[in-house]
Amino acid sequence: MTNSADAAGDHESYDLAVVGAGPAGLAAAASAAEHGVRVALLDGAPQPGGQFYRQPAAELRAERPQALHHHWSAFQHLLARLDAVRERVTLLSDHHVWSVTGGSGAFAVHALTGPDQRQARSLTARQVLFATGAHERQLPFPGWTLPGVVGAGGAQAMLKAGLVLPGRRVLVAGSGPLLLAVAASLTAAGATVPLVAEAAGYLGYARGARVLAANAGKLVEGAQHGATLLRHGVRLRPRTAVVAAHGTDRVEAVTLARLDAAWRPLSGTQWRVPCDAVAVGHGLVPQLELPLEFGCHTRRLPDGSAALVVDAAQRTTVPGVWAAGESTGVGGVQLAITEGELAGLAVAGQNTAPRSLLRRRSRQRAFADLMAARHAPGSGWTQWLDDATEVCRCEEVTARQVRDAVAELGAADQRTVKLLTRAGMGWCQARMCGPAVARLCGAPNADRHDDGAPTRPLSTPVPLGLLAECDTNAPSSEGAPR
Amino acid sequence: MVVIGAGMIGAACADALALRGLQVAVLDRGPVAGGTTGAGEGNLLVSDKGPGPELELAVESLRLWRELADDLGAHALEYEPKGGLVVARDPRAFAELQASARLQRTAGVTAAEVPADALGELEPHLARELAGGVHYPQDAQVQPALAVAALLRRARGTGRVRLLAGTTVTGLAEGRVETDTHGPLHCAAVVNAAGTWGGEVAALAGATLPVLPRRGFILVTEPLPPLVRHKVYAADYVADVASGSADLQSSAVVEGTAAGPVLIGASRERVGFDRSLSVPVLARLAAQAAELFPVLSDVRAMRAYRGFRPYLPDHLPAIGPDPERPWLVQACGHEGAGIGLAPATARLVAQLLDGEKPFMDPAPFGPGRFGKEQS
Repeated sequence: MTNSADAAGDHESYDLAVVGAGPAGLAAAASAAEHGVRVALLDGAPQPGGQFYRQPAAELRAERPQALHHHWSAFQHLLARLDAVRERVTLLSDHHVWSVTGGSGAFAVHALTGPDQRQARSLTARQVLFATGAHERQLPFPGWTLPGVVGAGGAQAMLKAGLVLPGRRVLVAGSGPLLLAVAASLTAAGATVPLVAEAAGYLGYARGARVLAANAGKLVEGAQHGATLLRHGVRLRPRTAVVAAHGTDRVEAVTLARLDAAWRPLSGTQWRVPCDAVAVGHGLVPQLELPLEFGCHTRRLPDGSAALVVDAAQRTTVPGVWAAGESTGVGGVQLAITEGELAGLAVAGQNTAPRSLLRRRSRQRAFADLMAARHAPGSGWTQWLDDATEVCRCEEVTARQVRDAVAELGAADQRTVKLLTRAGMGWCQARMCGPAVARLCGAPNADRHDDGAPTRPLSTPVPLGLLAECDTNAPSSEGAPR
Repeated sequence: MVVIGAGMIGAACADALALRGLQVAVLDRGPVAGGTTGAGEGNLLVSDKGPGPELELAVESLRLWRELADDLGAHALEYEPKGGLVVARDPRAFAELQASARLQRTAGVTAAEVPADALGELEPHLARELAGGVHYPQDAQVQPALAVAALLRRARGTGRVRLLAGTTVTGLAEGRVETDTHGPLHCAAVVNAAGTWGGEVAALAGATLPVLPRRGFILVTEPLPPLVRHKVYAADYVADVASGSADLQSSAVVEGTAAGPVLIGASRERVGFDRSLSVPVLARLAAQAAELFPVLSDVRAMRAYRGFRPYLPDHLPAIGPDPERPWLVQACGHEGAGIGLAPATARLVAQLLDGEKPFMDPAPFGPGRFGKEQS
């Protein structure tokens, strides 16, 4: 079967549209197509792989892109499987999906492509699978807007995509298993990492000994990072955070502090470390704007992030809509591939999934839950902020303004704070500040705060001229009259 | 007094009652400005209303908004007296627009005809091929959530107003409001300012108020240098408000904002509380905006938001006591005009509760007008 345009009109039509070509999307597309499903696989990046398997641009002529990757062979295997079913899979790279509309059996996927994303492309599909991944949670601190302060995931992506280092002496900070991988990549690429500051304690892992033992591969991976770091003399400091960055034109040093269990800085424990870059991240939060807009239900994970509710077959709560990978809860590349496999099989109508695959998913999910609980941001992080710290960088809204909206005007959620302060109204549409603002709205004495999950009807900016064309070109969607 | 609803109407009522020395509790099951207010554009319009009780209410309300901007600071409300410009696409629409402007003038509206060749002076980027327009200098703009916050801040400053956000009303009877988190509240009267959900609140007291939701979308562009000076829309908008049709009726209201983005709004559909994104509706808004301002074609829409306008079958709000329960004062159902009509609505409510002679005859807004045929 080929993927020619629908005979009825100028719309391409597929059995399944997979949104996101990271590990979960690739696995889902491959396993569905292997069972006869015609798949459109859409992704905003120029090449498949997602954040995890991000590849250097071709013009850089990297000789060994795999040098910075774990599980590179798994990626090659996925690509080979897709190649074997290429007559049933249409890979649409550089396609930014801005909306999915419609209902069971007839979905319309609207994307932008081409230079500067100024070409429209719509297709229809009988089913949709969201493999939209995750983005990094940022918790602000004084000085975090200085040049040289980059996201930990962003630093990793820079290395993988462009082979560029954010600095020569890069301090790594935040929380979560990603920090060790980032520090290992940075040192392998020639940077000096004076310290890895992990806000959580590592003691809590002991409570999950059984889960850890069942996920030996993860331990080996962690040990490998650990060994790399040891070799380069990098120290890991648990219960420690960057509470301020200093510098005039760019970051020159940071202040570190020891934290208590709730992430409150302990007085008298502050010290300064010189550096020319900081890679900081506080874990990942699922990227949900498209499924949320669709009305898919979510659940709250132990770290306060929202993730899609899926059943054993990776079905969301909306008929015809499936999800796999980080969008159902951050769990890393192996879980993402397992979920993608299962989702693809279920979409293809294979009702009995291999039990080994199901067992692998529950084992990996248990590990993910352990990590989420272990690295959940403590509510004491807000003590790092001073009144002048910008929480929303796009609209330059300070911590003071957010706190006033909460205390004086009774704003109890991110949306109300946004309406009253403009926090989250700017270019990034709260992707950067959303979790921080949501957490600032939480009751001050609560143990746990959550990341919120605002809906965004347009998941990427759309030129009005292109939007206008959808008036006549787009298939009509449910809920719209006429 | 208990005011149910912490949106624009509820905040204005709480402020008006507190300034008269009354003790007020403002309840909302959600946050401040969490319903229709938070999803609105903040239009203060006389231009879209024909002569009649709603226009009379609007003329007084826009005068009160000017006073509020003087008292509270234009900046605190993001009040902008930018004026409206209604344009006609062809000579026939222009003739209708001119006729409607003549009638509006008899009701106290300032409306200046603008011939086609003078439109460019008011709006340099406007499409060339329009037949003409009418300029309404009284039309203005506030940021609704900020306006609610400013009014509640002033009201609470009197020391007579309690704000109970996140509090759901579970029962209503004379002298008594049952709530889920603050127990029963005792009061002399209840103001129902629950907007789109006003019918549900009325039902708690056994009263009937057929408030229905009408969905609307607003598109927001990326920040731009000043490009659109007025609230600009095409003449068919005026016909939409009175339309009883369930089909989509939209004519883009295009305006710039101080922060940079251009807002494109005013789609109206009767689809119940359906929150799903409608691409055809957004597409039509985009097409109409680009038709009025061709330069917008290449500009990107950053986001869209939606809300539910509360409307009553005759498209007039309900303001005044329930005929059988004089302690229950309705103040809801303002459709797309609630921000604009809030101060005058609050003034009427306060005058009725205070036993003062109202500034206009409230009979056309009387909640009793639905009672019989609906029950």
